[in-house]
Amino acid sequence: MKIVVCIKQVPDTNEVKLDPVKGTLIRDGVPSIINPDDKAGLEAALQIKDETGATVTVISMGPPQADAALREALAMGADEAYLVTDRAFGGADTLATSYTVAAGIAKIGDFDLIIAGRQAIDGDTAQVGPQIAEWLDIPNVSYAEDIKVDGDSIVVKRQYDDRYHTVRVQMPCLVTALGEMNTPRYMTPGGIFDAYREKEVHIITRADVDVDDDKLGLKGSPTNVAQSFPKQLKPAGVKETGLDAEGAADYIVAKLKEKFVI
Amino acid sequence: MSLQDYKGVFVFAQQVDAKVSGVTYELIGKANELAADLGTDVTAVVLGSGVKGLADDLAAYGADKVIIVDDPVLAEYTTEPYTQAMDAVINEFKPEIVLYGATAIGRDLAPRISARVKSGLTADCTKLEIDPEADPDSGLHNLRMTRPAFGGNIMATILIKKNRPQMATVRPGVMQKLEKDPSKKAEVIEFNPELTKNNKYVTVEEVVKKISDKVDIMDAKILVSGGRGVGSKENFKLLYDFADAIGGTVSSSRAAVDSGWTEKDQQVGQTGKTVRPHVYFAIGISGAIQHVAGMEESDIIIAINKDETAPIFDVADYGIVGDLNQILPLLTEKVKAVLADK
Repeated sequence: MKIVVCIKQVPDTNEVKLDPVKGTLIRDGVPSIINPDDKAGLEAALQIKDETGATVTVISMGPPQADAALREALAMGADEAYLVTDRAFGGADTLATSYTVAAGIAKIGDFDLIIAGRQAIDGDTAQVGPQIAEWLDIPNVSYAEDIKVDGDSIVVKRQYDDRYHTVRVQMPCLVTALGEMNTPRYMTPGGIFDAYREKEVHIITRADVDVDDDKLGLKGSPTNVAQSFPKQLKPAGVKETGLDAEGAADYIVAKLKEKFVI
Repeated sequence: MSLQDYKGVFVFAQQVDAKVSGVTYELIGKANELAADLGTDVTAVVLGSGVKGLADDLAAYGADKVIIVDDPVLAEYTTEPYTQAMDAVINEFKPEIVLYGATAIGRDLAPRISARVKSGLTADCTKLEIDPEADPDSGLHNLRMTRPAFGGNIMATILIKKNRPQMATVRPGVMQKLEKDPSKKAEVIEFNPELTKNNKYVTVEEVVKKISDKVDIMDAKILVSGGRGVGSKENFKLLYDFADAIGGTVSSSRAAVDSGWTEKDQQVGQTGKTVRPHVYFAIGISGAIQHVAGMEESDIIIAINKDETAPIFDVADYGIVGDLNQILPLLTEKVKAVLADK
């Protein structure tokens, strides 16, 4: 069985701060990490590998620095890694990204199961997984809480707002994983050694894939960012610092009465 | 086929168990504004099984037309038949805009459709408006879609200039529905997309509904919300007692959910629910931007936190720097006393 895991290297948005004066993002010193949902997807794949001897290939599209995310995946136990990178792929929205990643997966060869994270913490779109499945003409099941292999199909516990489905889906297929599905394993010292000394990250460029240039990068992206701006917070209200507990409770009660809440 | 041939604002009218999801009415409300600016009308698209009876309510909330695809295979949501149906509707009726709820259904369906119809999709929009300026190339007034990015740290306005339909998802609780007007009627169109089973069909083997007798935090008028500062699951009793006294519902930050003190369906924020109650009490919540994104539209925000520098005070209308363990029990008693006097 061959599993492909799609991962994205993202800035840790929990560490991103706003410059209070300029209103711009402070990106200096913000660590890059494997997107959490993707890492859970990788862990799910590695668990299937542990049980069944499947091979796990990781693929990422991004700038050359994304090599570090792929090496981390190798150190966790992935067998092979591919970086899809080219200037021609730059500026892509989700549709162009999914097209390019799908072409990269097709280039690697046959697969049974693709696992992607539900969404990335820098964009939060949850679009690229289902879109890759559409380009590859395979079924997808999103929001997986659990993935099990059963013969030639996958049984997924699929989360909804008010319920879950147990869904059986024929391979080849794509599943998007929820971050809460598991706790990803750590890299092992031997794994780290192998990831940097023994294994290589294969590069896939524009020349390696069979694609239509009009569907790549900025040109292939139906959506364009017209404008971006710091979020406008509403003006701060009153802050009472000197009240004791009794005074604070009285103050809140007075405000609730004033606003006809009570 | 040119861009100018696409007309009308469509809403994917999500239903579950033949009950219309609340976000659908919110989207129809927004679609009415967009349609007015474009001089066009609003169409709700219902996919499901046994759903013909839903047209009246969709009309009452502002749909001018209702397209119904009624097929047993659409009884429980699965990706492929819903995608086939929506794709067929788009190809047949050619809408210029399609809106979806950013739910666990809409966030799966909409991307799959965007790749099938090869047009753009903007996720989790917080603002939608028609560009007052015509596009210099097409002469059309594009949809301006604004959404948070980088965990809510910045906002981006997105345009789809050269493709139709322009598609967007919107989280529940962000837009506002119109007043229900049962006298409004819609043109009802039953449509057969000729769904075809293929390799992308999946089998739903089991459906397990979450039984909850709790008030959905998105419907609550008063939310008593706790965060890391509450300190323990046991200590949340202070919040439940206060909520009981004032007639509110307990919600929480992600930190409290992650600590196992509250349930996931109580979580407010970027990865939880967007709420806009009349009063939001933020108790022991620091106010990370991801949390604020889910509650800043509340009418009145009251924060209690012992850390004077907590960012929650930047959005609170009334902020109290103090110890929630001392203040909350007193507040509960005083509110009870006021209400008992009435």
